Amino acid sequence: MHQAALLGSAVKDAQKYGWQIPQPVSHDWATLAESVQNYVKSLNWGHRVQLQDRKVKYMNMKGSLVDDHTVRCLSSRGKEMTVTARNILIATGGRPKYPTHVPGALEFGISSDDLFWLKETPGKTLVVGASYVGLECAGFLTGIGLEATVMVRSIALRGFDQQMSRLVTDYMQGYGTRFCWDCVPKKVEKLPSGLLQVTWTDSRTGQDHQDTFNSVLWAVGRAPETGTLNLQQVGVELDGDTRKVMVADDERTSVPNIYAIGDIAQGRPELTPTAIHAGKLLARRLAGLSSQLMDYSNVPTTVFTPLEYGCVGLSEEEAERRYGKDKVEVYHAFYKPLEFTVAERELRQCYIKVVCERDGDQKVVGLHFTGPNAGEVTQGFALSLRCGLSYAQLRDSVGIHPTCAEELTKIYITKRSGLDATVTGC
Amino acid sequence: QQLLGDKSEVYDYDLIVIGGGSGGLACSKEAANLGKKVMVLDYVVPTPKGTTWGLGGTCVNVGCIPKKLMHQTALMGTALQDARKFGWEFSEQVSHNWETMKTAVNNYIGSLNWGYRVSLRDKNVNYVNSYAEFVEPHKIKATNRRGKETFHTAAKFVLATGERPRYLGIPGDKEYCITSDDLFSLPYCPGKTLVIGASYVALECGGFLAGLGLDVTIMVRSILLRGFDQDMANRAGDHMETHGVKFLRKFVPVKVEELEAGTPGRLKVTAKSTETDEIFEGEYNTVLIAVGRDACTEKIGLDQAGVKVNPKNGKIPVNDEEQTNIPHIYAIGDILEGKWELTPVAIQAGKLLARRLYAGASLKCDYVNVPTTVFTPLEYGSCGHPEERAVELYGQENLEVYHSLFWPLEYTVPNRDNNRCYAKIICNKLDDNRVIGFHYLGPNAGEVTQGFGAAMKCGVTKEQLDNTIGIHPTCAEIFTTMEVTKRSG
Repeated sequence: MHQAALLGSAVKDAQKYGWQIPQPVSHDWATLAESVQNYVKSLNWGHRVQLQDRKVKYMNMKGSLVDDHTVRCLSSRGKEMTVTARNILIATGGRPKYPTHVPGALEFGISSDDLFWLKETPGKTLVVGASYVGLECAGFLTGIGLEATVMVRSIALRGFDQQMSRLVTDYMQGYGTRFCWDCVPKKVEKLPSGLLQVTWTDSRTGQDHQDTFNSVLWAVGRAPETGTLNLQQVGVELDGDTRKVMVADDERTSVPNIYAIGDIAQGRPELTPTAIHAGKLLARRLAGLSSQLMDYSNVPTTVFTPLEYGCVGLSEEEAERRYGKDKVEVYHAFYKPLEFTVAERELRQCYIKVVCERDGDQKVVGLHFTGPNAGEVTQGFALSLRCGLSYAQLRDSVGIHPTCAEELTKIYITKRSGLDATVTGC
Repeated sequence: QQLLGDKSEVYDYDLIVIGGGSGGLACSKEAANLGKKVMVLDYVVPTPKGTTWGLGGTCVNVGCIPKKLMHQTALMGTALQDARKFGWEFSEQVSHNWETMKTAVNNYIGSLNWGYRVSLRDKNVNYVNSYAEFVEPHKIKATNRRGKETFHTAAKFVLATGERPRYLGIPGDKEYCITSDDLFSLPYCPGKTLVIGASYVALECGGFLAGLGLDVTIMVRSILLRGFDQDMANRAGDHMETHGVKFLRKFVPVKVEELEAGTPGRLKVTAKSTETDEIFEGEYNTVLIAVGRDACTEKIGLDQAGVKVNPKNGKIPVNDEEQTNIPHIYAIGDILEGKWELTPVAIQAGKLLARRLYAGASLKCDYVNVPTTVFTPLEYGSCGHPEERAVELYGQENLEVYHSLFWPLEYTVPNRDNNRCYAKIICNKLDDNRVIGFHYLGPNAGEVTQGFGAAMKCGVTKEQLDNTIGIHPTCAEIFTTMEVTKRSG
């Protein structure tokens, strides 16, 4: 759906490049939703085929623990059975949280679980929450021509580098997404017209405000599905705050033959590739083929907002916390993607930041990039970080021209110098 | 102001740079930053068609920049079709206007030309729009467009004159054909085009012209992208063919005749097969020659300075400090013998040279593991060795080649190019499975390849690659989960 939004921008930009497109240009949700849903279903099918090919028995049943070697399985029609196993892996992930203290939240709001499966357009949407889920959804809704508002309780992209987070939201505001900063929803009511009326409080002024929306999307966090698994009764310990499963370095829970990976495991990144990799390594260890543990450090990620943000390693704040501001050197640059120039697009938030140890080799401890194709740009640099990339090696790398990624090999202005970090020319 | 130089000679300048392209400008700016008195001479000899351009060299004016913008324009054509599958609704009557694109591209280039002039002025580099030639080892003659001559001396010189497209030497080539020097500022749409050549220039230009909706044929004498990994080159070519570019393989042009003058006119091309007696005749609006580039070292008086030039190709041999056989004369960029013809390499070489000359630095330009990208419709990024070269250097048995086809997520909904995109890495088994070749055929190849280039500079091994977590969903992540070897079949 983010791709659909990007293509919308491409349709606009194309005209500056000579493509003659008779107006009007409009977007039809139903076509998009159907295409996306069909593709997802093909993936579901693909997974079933793969499991079958590898002789993995797949049961579409809800599992819960009876004891440390027994699992109870419940089908949607109420049929029950038990299976026993030498080892048990819990990988039940998380589901979106609903703010149940807000009247009307459950009855009238939707979550990301629903958004991608809507048959009809969500229309004018209020997205509550400024996690990457909230921003990404609000971003693509704006991109396909819908009116989207993000309601933020305090900060956006908690846990991410906050300077980068601001660049992302600044861009979105220029892009057309509205933001309600420092606001918390109070209640959601349904009007006779079918529209939803949301009342919220501006925590700066204490004043209440109201507006109507077609949809309210809750993106206030995700919670693990541990409630119905019967974990604690079997002795699997959960974290007091998050209710996630406590795990050791080898993914083992407090019960020796029970493991947990993915979003359900405490302290792990909530990312698909880490879950996949952890799962593979665990399987190899259980099969006695290897003793290799999963390395969760320097895991790269990308936020697919209208201006994408890719990063790996530490945020500037975290680096300063760990090493002390004096021991950190931050190189940065504002750059201009070539494809935005002719299209006359907003360039002020395209930015690169490389956080290094100040002494010695100036090892790179964090790398941050906002711009088009941020995921593609960041992947190779994440690999470089794993290889111990230093600032000198980065500068020694020859750029590929013309790309956005090459700007990473050219950065030389430090934050410390106070100089203007705008890149000029070729 | 007269300055003291070597041997108590008095020279006008510390440094004269001949050529205001990527290398020349980088070197002159860096030298000026280090407090030296610098002159840059840049002069564009008009093409046979009369095309000329401003300061900045090939990359800015008739290379990387306009190429990428036009390639981007062509990609947008595909994006418009994809957009419909993602729910965008607009008239089927979409067409492309060449003049709008050309004007937008040329305006942007004009802003870059201007930017360079300002930048040189700010740094007190004396820029002269004149053609430079050596008359003595430390003296050049500068001739401006009106024929006025001036003379200048310097302690040191840097040659950065770059290259220009080669013609075929057949009847009608200079009279009727164009080259990349003309294409990017062509005032009219080229129409039905024949591209002669199979260099990246030929494939990139043929590729974007086809993407704009034009009828394109590419005439190839033997192989595609000589010097590049041939399997990757052929995959890129196959993709173009699938998408409507016609290839005339194993033909060489014999003559070009004008059937009708015009903008564009109509040209008749006669070609002969390299293998049989077959003669080919075709009619085109435009013939674009892209069979290679020649170094601009012939007419700059190098014999007067004693600089040795390779007579076969006009290139200048240098040592690893970019020094020619004449100690006070250096050379950088496309004119160098045996080095990469790439803007970032020229820039890097120019900067490091200035630092070695004037700041006591010792760092030399590292020409190993230089990443590049060919901006064909399906882009090809690479770093390190082509497979053939790796086999030659290390022996097949000492290599492990991992490979994978992949389908970018953005292609799934529009349902195109399934199993076209391809990733390949070549590892040296004798050296910890170090990655010595990286090859990627897919969208945004430049953006993908850059970081892997940096990793190769750090000596990345297959194990480090396997332990790196992928970013999902991207194309680049394919490299973090490559398990299938060519050896396994």
